[in-house]
Amino acid sequence: MKKAIQLDDKDNVATVTDDVSKGEQVEVLSHMGEVILDAKPVEDIMFGHKLALRNLDKGEEIIKYGEAIGVASKPIAMGEWVHTHNVESGRLPTSELEAEK
Amino acid sequence: MNEFYGYERPDGCVGIRNHLLVIAPIDCSYEPAKQVAAQVEGAVAVTQYHGCRADEMLVNTLIGTGRNPNVAGILLFGLGCEVLTNDILMEGLKDTGKSIESIIIQEDGGTIKSMEKGVRALQRMAQEVGELRRETFPLSELTLAVECGGSDATSGLAANPAVGVAADRLIEEGGTVIFSEPQEMIGTQHMLARRAVSEKVASDIYEMIEKQEKRLSAMGVDSRYMSKGNIDGGLTTIEEKSLGAIRKGGTKPIQGVLWNTWDRFDLPDEPGLYLQDGTGWDVPSVTHMVAAGAQMVCFTSGRGSTTGHAVAPVIKITGNPKTYGNLEDNIDINAGTTLDGSESLNSVGRRIFDEIVSVANGKKTKAEALGFKDYVVFGRSRAAERLLGHC
Repeated sequence: MKKAIQLDDKDNVATVTDDVSKGEQVEVLSHMGEVILDAKPVEDIMFGHKLALRNLDKGEEIIKYGEAIGVASKPIAMGEWVHTHNVESGRLPTSELEAEK
Repeated sequence: MNEFYGYERPDGCVGIRNHLLVIAPIDCSYEPAKQVAAQVEGAVAVTQYHGCRADEMLVNTLIGTGRNPNVAGILLFGLGCEVLTNDILMEGLKDTGKSIESIIIQEDGGTIKSMEKGVRALQRMAQEVGELRRETFPLSELTLAVECGGSDATSGLAANPAVGVAADRLIEEGGTVIFSEPQEMIGTQHMLARRAVSEKVASDIYEMIEKQEKRLSAMGVDSRYMSKGNIDGGLTTIEEKSLGAIRKGGTKPIQGVLWNTWDRFDLPDEPGLYLQDGTGWDVPSVTHMVAAGAQMVCFTSGRGSTTGHAVAPVIKITGNPKTYGNLEDNIDINAGTTLDGSESLNSVGRRIFDEIVSVANGKKTKAEALGFKDYVVFGRSRAAERLLGHC
């Protein structure tokens, strides 16, 4: 069975370790190697890309490595592909931060 | 397994190798220096390629390399008219108590005679070093540098988190870990600062990364820049990319920033995790962390790398099973076993930790056995740093 890895207990996304197809069963493993969830991707997801482990609201933080890697720019359903089309970076470069002040 | 076998130096540091280091303070004397080193077992020659000037950043890195605990004896092999003289290096090295010889081609009878003197000096050191015996030391005497190069989608997924597990474990044993590449910390400064042991350290972390952003900005690069390859590979934001990189340093509190300027070259002053104000270019980054005292390096690479180092063993780890298949002759650890679920990240981390101890005890890494002795001194432009208001 294809796998996805949740890198930290707090993560709400897991990274697939192979190309996975819509509807295919994917076993989500913790960093300790335990199966924590059987996920069903609702669309095709490529190797190295992320899968939502639960439903996420617009504006909710996307957590990977136990840290926020960005925020959902639209609602994301469990099993959906999580990438640039539905996530925005939470940061601005220093120059823009200064300009905003 | 909380001990290793190492060599105690006269200054109390503990080495895991007995290298004889030939330093050509300028590239003008590097060709004969290399031939001198090639004549004697265990000797390696290094230089810097930043021109004829006594720039403190270059001086500090050369001195730091000589002070590294893996160096048992030193030969300074200068030309004679260079600004960065043997005497400057000697001043920074003599209190180590190591065996040090100074030879200057223009004053010691020319090329062939000075080479002969150099070979004889190294030959004597090699004989003395042969009598040193390994003794038992606690793992708290180890400083590990962690580095990545040739990253791919598996780096942040497998190799870096697995090295992070080993880094955490070494710190739990009282050891020290250094990671560098401030450019790859951009977007994670608030997360790193949260792990700082003090407000001063937190403010140093912000300052170091902000300076790096300014350097990028001066070059016309947006610090949020992600390549098409990054995005196609599944990285969504700069925070995610940087988190994947910094994960190789583990999750422990951050003791400090090791500054690298014309006024200071910091070394870790107590055990724990440190960030170095270095470069994202991998071989100079490793060279720089070894100059700050790391006796060993864990180097992750998704695409594969050949890298070794002049005085520190480099353990290479890949998270990509295909890369391991292609480059098994020069990659020590396959962390790609986590991808099909056959091994957990934690278990790979334990394997890496065991390898760290074995290599400390004397096991040769693959790059070491192949004789790869990478060494590149990293320098910054003082003019550019002045214009940016950094010094």
